[in-house]
Parts: sequence; structure tokens; C-alpha cells
Amino acid sequence: MSKLRPADLDSLRQANRRELALRLDHQRPPGHRFRKHLLICGGTGCHAAGSKAVKEVLIDELARRGLGDEIRVIETGCNGFCALGPVMVVYPEGTFYVSLEEKDIPELIEQHLVGGQPVERLLYKEPKSKERIPQMADIPFFAGQKLIALRNRGLIDAESIDEYIAVGGYQGLVKALTRMSPEEIIAEVKTSGLRGRGGAGFPTGLKWEFCAKAPGEIKYVLCNADEGDPGAFMDRSILEADPHAVVEGMTIAAKAIGAHRGYVYCRAEYPLAVHRLQLAIDQARERGLLGQDILGTGFSFDLSIYQGAGAFVCGEETALMRSIEGQRGMPRPRPPFPAQAGLWNRPTVLNNVETWANIPQIIVNGGAWYAAMGTETSKGTKVFALTGHVNNIGLVEVPMGTTLRTIIYDIGGGIPKKHRKFKAVQLGGPSGGCVPAEYLDLPCDYEAITKAGAIMGSGGMIVMDDSTCMVDMARYFLDFTQDESCGKCTPCREGTRRMLQILERIVNGEGREGDIETLEELATMIKDSSLCGLGQTAPNPVLSTLRYFRDEYEAHIFEQKCPARSCVALLEFKVDEEKCKMCGVCYRNCPVGAITWEKKQPARIDLDKCIKCKTCIENCRFDAIY
Amino acid sequence: MSLAQQRGRAEMPDDITPEMLARIDEICARYRGKPGALIPVLQKVQEVVGYLPVAVQERIADGLGLPGHEVFGVTSFYSFFSMKPKGRHTIRVCMGTACYVRGGKEVLERLERHLGIPVDSMTPDRRFSLEQVRCLGACGVAPVVVVDQDTHRKVMADGVVDLIERYE
Repeated sequence: MSKLRPADLDSLRQANRRELALRLDHQRPPGHRFRKHLLICGGTGCHAAGSKAVKEVLIDELARRGLGDEIRVIETGCNGFCALGPVMVVYPEGTFYVSLEEKDIPELIEQHLVGGQPVERLLYKEPKSKERIPQMADIPFFAGQKLIALRNRGLIDAESIDEYIAVGGYQGLVKALTRMSPEEIIAEVKTSGLRGRGGAGFPTGLKWEFCAKAPGEIKYVLCNADEGDPGAFMDRSILEADPHAVVEGMTIAAKAIGAHRGYVYCRAEYPLAVHRLQLAIDQARERGLLGQDILGTGFSFDLSIYQGAGAFVCGEETALMRSIEGQRGMPRPRPPFPAQAGLWNRPTVLNNVETWANIPQIIVNGGAWYAAMGTETSKGTKVFALTGHVNNIGLVEVPMGTTLRTIIYDIGGGIPKKHRKFKAVQLGGPSGGCVPAEYLDLPCDYEAITKAGAIMGSGGMIVMDDSTCMVDMARYFLDFTQDESCGKCTPCREGTRRMLQILERIVNGEGREGDIETLEELATMIKDSSLCGLGQTAPNPVLSTLRYFRDEYEAHIFEQKCPARSCVALLEFKVDEEKCKMCGVCYRNCPVGAITWEKKQPARIDLDKCIKCKTCIENCRFDAIY
Repeated sequence: MSLAQQRGRAEMPDDITPEMLARIDEICARYRGKPGALIPVLQKVQEVVGYLPVAVQERIADGLGLPGHEVFGVTSFYSFFSMKPKGRHTIRVCMGTACYVRGGKEVLERLERHLGIPVDSMTPDRRFSLEQVRCLGACGVAPVVVVDQDTHRKVMADGVVDLIERYE
């Protein structure tokens, strides 16, 4: 493969773009070989749902009918609508199919690809109106989003650099290397107002400027892909769907700060992301977009992947660098900040995957374009991982300042179970907090979320209905942070453990008077005195639930009751005969036959047989079991 | 005689073959002297052996010219490294937040009861290892259980026993 020059890239883009006209312009250019492109999602969620097998059947079946030359099957990265996988889009018309199975394929080919009629039953069904919506663009989940970091998701073959180039890829790099000075690049990023998407929200341009000004010949550019927050998967998705965007963003930063070497620190739990990123790096190197003398400009930068080994604390910047150095990933005090002394004590810029994916667009379209979106202090868009008790689970990219209600109800489609109500949304992972219903109209930006007692974090957004116990949620996160505490500083190591012990007592029905006060005292102390972000934010889940759901703590401690009927130790597994509608659902679902029921009779639970699995409680629509 | 020699070395477990030892030495030789080599070496050796008992760690320490405590320190720090042998099949139950609120905890409890072992251990017949993991990033299809390389989505407590029984 020959190395590209800036002018080559432009002609390559024009040539490749024609290949994508079916998808981008929704029409077949004259003389184009294929009449349809089928884009089947190959993200982790859809893989788990069987998209690989569906794709193989599709290819075999098309070949068998002699359609292989007319219809092309393309596997994309994560499309974002994970709950309904495997998903597939048919171009040029843009028909969106969900929950495909192998057995659906012959019908789909016969009726749609040959006959031209979409298969109604495989289209997306809107949960409220029950209407089928054929076009991807009309589905509320997609229609309400504004894609920048996720712009290529489900649209291109993540393993093809040609397709990335076709949609304008590496144009930002050309501009940065040929027409901009390092100072101009930094100024553009500063103008954009982009802030770190990993959680802390530090202004990206400012970070780069500090590093560019730091003395030293050797500097490093790092990507934090150690996405550790449980319930967040935007970084995985970007690496799986659009790995070249990260490579391009990092190379632009390398030029801005004068670095020639970079690393992507990626979780070992993400094998597909590692595989696709490695392919992207190899392809970019082959084309002369990475390595020595990039695009013939004389600038050199190379990139390699470093796989993590499973330690949450390595998402903290100084711990991440220690880990690349081959040691235990323990944080160190700052200053000096990594911009002065980072990896191997050299000046280092570290940004997260989502931040990097925004950079090429900012360079191409200008900082002012990006800054026009969002709120006063938080510019651009943010990707949220919408999960939990919500209909449209998936990745959502919206302008900063979009309200929680819009995200959860308009885009997310609301709460799935009819007899359940929205209770809270957990924002920001283990460092964040639970925000209750009265904040649904909160505009999501860094400051507003912090004021509500949570944090933006990496953008985890876990919706919880009223079957979720807030004390147990706090216990869950403390269990996580306590386990992941690296042990270096005492407040975090010992303090989180003490908090966890108290919370465990409370959910087991052994809470005491004074527990709440002790929790508050410990929380304040741990926040004030821990060394790194992990400890400083670890008490947030407890503090936020105490702030909004104090009555639940009190019910556990003083009344021995779990209002959400979730904590097993506080449940009696008895039927409230007044509430029981005698429907028999509990009887039919009990896995051990512990429930007796006859028509028009309330159910009874045999406590000797009951294994306390809560299946009956989850299925009872009348809250009749307590 | 040095203190270390007096104390003696950990005994090499029987399941580690001479071929494995040769592979370990080969890996160490390739990385020796390179900065930041220890974690990639441990990852590669674990791929070869399946786990990292103390005797293997000592072999790595010798091979890389590092003090044994440094190798042990790193091995014990990262959850990806295991000092215990693994069963024929590894069941990993996701305990990320999305899986947890959608029933992951119940799935794990059911498995513990069915297999008769606590999490992070192996069945006596070496058929299964049971582990919990921190979020696999497949939150869209929660709760998730991974058996070996297969990711199973929307696994509920009632169905999980049938699911694992498919793995001999």
C-alpha cells in the first residue's frame, strides 16, 4: 500500500464516497454495482444477541439466490440501540429491522429485498402507540439525538479505513498538519470549549496548552479507554464503531504538543474494541497516516495499545500511567500534574475516548461551530449510556443542557413495566449519585448535575423504577469502590470498608440508631482526605441517597422495613389478602412450588419451601406480597 | 546461603508441563530489560498456563531479573490475574449496575446454590469456575453471563441453570 499525500486523500475520499452513496444520499449512483447495502450491527450487544450467525445466514442465503453481486452485507460497529439487537438497516431506503433471528432471513430476502415490501413484524414497534416505524430516522430514539462523537456509528464498516475516509475521515488531520501551527490547533480546541468527557470535565485545550508549554523533548499522548464505571459503555462503542476517529484525534494532539509516541490504555474486558483499534492502527500506518513522516509532512507519531489487567483505579490518570510503566496501578499525589510529569515522568496529555472522537470534527468545522451547541459552561454534545429500567436501552448523544426528561422519556421511551413508577436516575457511576423525580427537568451539564448531588462522570445514566431500594443501591456502589480501592491511602481503604459494613448491617435489618450520622461523618472525612478521585467521590452514592431518600434509610433502621420490597432480610414473604387480586401470577411463576392458589382465592406462601428468590414479588402487579 | 535460598522456593504444581516452562522462559527472554514489561508478560504467561501460581511467578521474576515481591505485588493487584487454577469452563456473571438492577445478583445467587460453591472458586470436579465481573459494557442486553467466550444476554435466574448445563 502506498503512502498517502494530502491531495491523494482528497481524491480517495471522492472515489470512496461514491461507494457509500446508497447510505449517504439514499440513492444508487449510475453504474453502481450494488442496489442495496445491508448494515448489520456487530457491536458487543448485538454479537451477544446472535448477529454473527444472522449475518452468515444472510450472506449464504443471498449467494444461494444469486443476489450476492447486487446486495452487499456490511458489519458495522455498535449502532447504539443495544436492547433490540441484532439490528440491521437496509439502504438506500433506511429501513430499520430489530431483534432479527436466523429464521427470519429467508422471509426478509423474499419479501423486502426481492419484493420491495418491508417485513412489518420485524420493524421497530413504538412501545406506547404500538405503531410500527419503518425508517430509522423517524424512530424517536434516533430522531432526538445529535451525533458528533458517534457520527459514524452503524453507518460505516468499522474495519475499513476506506469507508472512514469516504465520510470525511482524516480531513482534520490533513488540516492540522498542513495548514495549522500547534498554537492554532490548541486555540481551536480552546475556542470549542470542549471539556474532558471522562468525568472531571477539565478544559481540553487548556490541558494541551500546559503540556505544549512544559519543557522536554519527549512527550506522550495517551487515550484512556479503561472504561470502568459499571453501566457506561460509550467508549467501548466508539472504539468498536469508529476507531479511526480516536487515532485521528490523538495524532492531531500529538502535533499540537510535539509528541511522537502514544498509547491507548484499553480494558482487557473489551476484546472486540482492542481488535478493531489494532486494525485501525495497522491500516493508518500502511497508508502513511501514522508512523514516520505522516502524509509527507515530516511529522512522525506512532501509537500502540496497552491492555489493562482489571483494576478500576487505573482509570485515574496517575494510576493509569503507573500501570503502563508495568507497576501496580496506584495513584500518586498531584502536583506535579501529568502535563508536567506524566508517563515515565515526561509531559503527557491524557484524554478519554469520547474526547478524542470529538477532536477531528472540531478541527474540520472549527471551535466556534462546536461551541454553538450546549450551555454556557458546557459546550457541544455528550454521550450517555442509558440503561436500567427504561425501554430504549442504548447510547444517546445529545447537546449539553438536554433535560433528563427528554433523554429518559422522549428518547428512552420511559419505564417498561406499566405498574412501576420512575424513582431515580443514577448519574456518573460509583462516583456519582442518585437524582430523584423532582429533577427530571434538570438540564444535563457539568454544573447542573453537580448541584443536584451527582456528577457527569463518563455519562452512565441508570434509570431505576420503584422496585429499586436506594439503600441497597448505595451499598452496591460502596461494595464496588471498597473492593476497587487500591489501598494506598487510609481514608479510602479503611473508610469505605467501614461505610460498607454499616450499609450491610442496615440492609440486613440490623441497623442501629446513629448509623446515619456515622455514615455522614465518615463520608465527609473520606471526601476531604482521600488521595485520588476514587476515594474523594466514593461516598457520593451514600450522600445523594441520604439527601433524597433519607426516609428509606430510616424505614430500614427503625421500622425494619424495605419500602421498595427489595432487601430480602426485611421481607416476610406473606400475601396481603386485601391487596391480592387472586390472579395466580405468583403461583405460576414460583420456581419451587412454594405458593398455593386456587381461582378466586388469595395466594398463600409456604415459608418452609420458599427460597426467597423474590420472583413472586417481581411479578405481582398489585404489590400484594410483602 | 542467602535468606531466599534458605526459605526455599514454592513447589511447581504438577499440571505445569515442561513445554509450558519453556514457553514461559521464551516470553521472559523476549521482554527482559524492556520498560513496562511485567504486565504484558503476566498476561501472556497466563494465556499459556491458565493461571499464575507462586512458583510460576518466581520463574518470571528470575526470567525478567525482577525481585519476586514486585511480581507478586503486580499479580495480586490486578483482578485479571488468577493464582488459582481454572475449571474447564469459566462462568462470569456481570455485576455492573445495569445487570445488578435487572437481576444479576439473583443470577449469581442461583448459580452459587446450584454449583454449591461460592463466587471466585472452582467446582471440585473442575468443570466450572464461577466469577463475577465489573461491567462488560453490554448493558443494553443486561443481565449478562459470559461462559468461556460466549456472551449470553438477558439471562434471568430461572434460566441460568439450563444455560450452563449445556457446557460439559
